[in-house]
Amino acid sequence: MSPATARRKRTGRARDALLGAVGALVAFAACEALSRSGMVRRAYLPPASEVLVRAVELGGDTAFLNGVGATLEAWATGLALACALAIPLGLLLGSVPAAGQAARVLIEFLRPVPSVALIPLVSLLLGAGSETTIALVTYACVWPVLFNTVYGLGETDPQAKDTLRAFGFGRLAVLLRAGLPSAAPFIAAGVRIAAATALILAVAGEILAGFGEGLGTFIAQAGMATDGTRDVLAGVVWAGALGLVVNLALTAVERRLFPWAPEHRGSRI
Amino acid sequence: MTAQATSLGTVRRLPRTLALRLGVPVVAVVLWQLAARAHGSVFFPTPARIVEHGYHLWFSGPAGRAFLTDAAVCDLLPSLGRVLAGFALAAVLGIVLGLALGRSRTVYALCDPVLQFARAVPPPALVPVFVVVFDLGTPMQLASIVFGAIWPVLINTAEGVRGIDPLRLDVAATVRMRPAERIVLLYLPAALPRIFAGLRLSLSLSLILMVFSELLPGTADGIGFQLTDAQTRSDLLTVWAVMVLLGTLGHLFNSVLLTVERMALGRHRAAHRS
Repeated sequence: MSPATARRKRTGRARDALLGAVGALVAFAACEALSRSGMVRRAYLPPASEVLVRAVELGGDTAFLNGVGATLEAWATGLALACALAIPLGLLLGSVPAAGQAARVLIEFLRPVPSVALIPLVSLLLGAGSETTIALVTYACVWPVLFNTVYGLGETDPQAKDTLRAFGFGRLAVLLRAGLPSAAPFIAAGVRIAAATALILAVAGEILAGFGEGLGTFIAQAGMATDGTRDVLAGVVWAGALGLVVNLALTAVERRLFPWAPEHRGSRI
Repeated sequence: MTAQATSLGTVRRLPRTLALRLGVPVVAVVLWQLAARAHGSVFFPTPARIVEHGYHLWFSGPAGRAFLTDAAVCDLLPSLGRVLAGFALAAVLGIVLGLALGRSRTVYALCDPVLQFARAVPPPALVPVFVVVFDLGTPMQLASIVFGAIWPVLINTAEGVRGIDPLRLDVAATVRMRPAERIVLLYLPAALPRIFAGLRLSLSLSLILMVFSELLPGTADGIGFQLTDAQTRSDLLTVWAVMVLLGTLGHLFNSVLLTVERMALGRHRAAHRS
């Protein structure tokens, strides 16, 4: 890339960032005006500034922060469990074609079961507590990680595998030396997608359980209160910020670990 | 490898593929049946009992109503209506807005941070807001589904439109294509693969949000309501039957979408080759 193109690209990015900030301000002002003008009832849409102030206020509230911590804990545990289950299973299914084909049929039938539909059964089995949330998060996260692992293994360069085999390497060695490196970027993308799903499930589980502690519990209880919309929206701001931070962090890690992955050439899911 | 050899190979592998596709589920269900019977737990009824229960619950009605029972009419149809209407609305709105945003770099840059934030919000978190605004009922459920499911389609459409080959845009300008023609001939075909990727994500989100919004206390009908109702009565057979039904529905929806995708993209690819 010539210096001129690089400079143009940089100024273009700076312009985009500036426009983005303007857009965010306009959206904020529009919400504020809509609420203050009285066109929408204040109980439905409190002024954006009040919501933001409340969100900042919650940042200093220990009980609320503990709840966020509990949600993040369930989120991380579920995601880690899902990875521990799905990556080895995916490597097995992806490297043994017969097992892969057999499992695919079962997976096709299990995956579409909406994870929230499991809430009643799991809460009957495990009671209402963090175990229930973790179990739900794990179930929902296994699929994207498993799929991406199997798919990524399928993209392994056959020549690399043949070469390793010609040198007399065994099945496991071929998998670890050729398969895993080529599947790793796909696995990372699967984990990133699963992380977003995990947050949805963690919050949904807490909202439906309605007690204990957690971000979802806070939102659910604020929703019951009269004029609680401001608190609900402040909780939503936190939830959105968490989702954003998690996604940005995982994207940055991916970019650093696997700069060659095709996904980073200007596209995202 | 010639085309003939490939098809021959496929034909030879056909019995094995068929055996796997049909045999594996049968073996799995038989194993499930045996394990559940041996275990005899209340929490894990046998698949035979689950299917029988589901049949009695929903599909043993009069022939004049396509064998649907009262419970099916009360619970299945409203849920199906909601999820399909919500998904269709999210798809149409997402594609239209995505086309509008993706065509201009400036507009896209203006909206990008707001979009990223909206997408990062876990949709169930906003459902309590919709409950306050719309009360409990179908409008609230539709709003939840649309708000949750619109982002993957919208963002993917916009990205697809943005990724269009600049050369094609130049050609369109040279032949003075009208805006409507540009959308149909240029933007939509270029964005189609990504639109379908977004639609697939939206579909599973729609199903999740449909069930979620019906699980909330105060709902009066729907599959989710039946699920919570069964839970409070500790009626595990119904809980299992509902899960099997939802899995079947999800599989069915997904297969239909995949078929549509294959048809649309197949034609699209054929058009691009010629």
